[in-house]
Amino acid sequence: MFAVTGMVRRDVILAMRRRADVLTTLFFFVIVAALFPLGIGPEMATLRIMGPGVLWVAALLASMLSLGRMFAADYADGTLEQMLVLPQPLSLLVLGKVVAHWLGSGLPLVLLSPVLGLQYGLAPDVLKVLVISLLLGTPVLSLIGAIGAALTLGLRGGGVLVALLVLPLYVPVLIFGAGAVEAHSSGLGGEGHLSLLGAFLLMALALSPWAAATALRISLD
Amino acid sequence: MLFGRRSLLERAGGSGQPGVPGGLPPNAVCRPNPSAPDRLSQSLEAVSLECVRGDRRLFSDVGFALEPGELLHVTGRNGSGKTTLLRMVCGLVRPQTGMVCWGGKPVSTLGDEFFRQLTFVGHLNAIKDELTGRENLMVEAALRGNPVSESQAASALSRMGLKGHDRLPAKVLSQGQRRRTALARLLLADTPLWVLDEPFVALDVHAVETLQHAIAEHVAADGMVVLTTHQEVPIKAGRKRTLHMGGSGTGVAA
Repeated sequence: MFAVTGMVRRDVILAMRRRADVLTTLFFFVIVAALFPLGIGPEMATLRIMGPGVLWVAALLASMLSLGRMFAADYADGTLEQMLVLPQPLSLLVLGKVVAHWLGSGLPLVLLSPVLGLQYGLAPDVLKVLVISLLLGTPVLSLIGAIGAALTLGLRGGGVLVALLVLPLYVPVLIFGAGAVEAHSSGLGGEGHLSLLGAFLLMALALSPWAAATALRISLD
Repeated sequence: MLFGRRSLLERAGGSGQPGVPGGLPPNAVCRPNPSAPDRLSQSLEAVSLECVRGDRRLFSDVGFALEPGELLHVTGRNGSGKTTLLRMVCGLVRPQTGMVCWGGKPVSTLGDEFFRQLTFVGHLNAIKDELTGRENLMVEAALRGNPVSESQAASALSRMGLKGHDRLPAKVLSQGQRRRTALARLLLADTPLWVLDEPFVALDVHAVETLQHAIAEHVAADGMVVLTTHQEVPIKAGRKRTLHMGGSGTGVAA
């Protein structure tokens, strides 16, 4: 267990000392979410319908933007190599890195989303569902993203490749994440969608650290 | 060059069984050393390792055996596969054929049990620029599962001649000072096997001396060291073996 907590601590300290990285992701999210109302116009009805989807896509892109950093720095300075020869299960170390990545790129988005939701005139109860859906969905994005980041490690043009690999896998998360909010505002209730998101999260938690660890071993061979 | 290596392989295999390219030679098994049964859990053996990168055979039929209190100096010109061999010993690179064994068991099946015995200082320093020297050592030791105190980390760094620099973020350190920080983990490690890839690079005369002393001490205490370097390593204690990579006599430990 200290493999996970130790890794989280290490990466959170590193992120605190390199705050620009976290802030870039956050500003990207804010700017993308703010651009849409400017482009679409001030009609409240349209914005209200589009809001959840736009916020979800913005969160997804922002999370993807920071994926490249998940392993790249450790790969470049050799600490990743050291991780592979630590007497700890690599999948747990990877899980620690994913948790730290989410704390730096997912959680801030979740916390900021109600403020941005106000731009789209979303009602308080809709905002609540939006926050819950992001809270369940963004960790899945980090977990799936870790596999893509590990597979493309050290490749030229890895950034674009990660997007191509990972975006199709993000689709179900997006559908059920944005769908939860929509279902709630249309009166159907978003619980079903949220339960499915929770199931995605559990499945990704179980499988993705292991898959990413295998991908890392291949990348470093 | 490729063909030259191949003919070497055939000659090397000629003494016993013919070399089987692409498959494990029938005699490639790790065997327990009968002369030192009590140290069975601490011996490193590599049997007919082969590495193919793309369509190029980097080396083949490389083997050695290392007992406690021995140092293996891997020599060879640039590009002869020294680093790859060391990474193979650490389990970072999978050999095409052959195997690396620890205490008579293949390291690929031992997993964490083998990594607990190993300290690896690679070509890259593996220190984080944002952390101080002390923090770097402490973070790694904590992840390893045997945390060290701040004073232990500080004393290891001062032994490597970094007194007064151990509270600075690693990004302001010079290349040699970073190398010393990376090597300081050897002084904290309590592992029998050290694998060092060009440990003397970027070190000044004084640091080279310190490191040589540390290596000699480790070998004298029944430790094992595998290293590559283009410098001479005068060690007084223990036994020194040499493994020459490439050229004539490919990969035969003397």
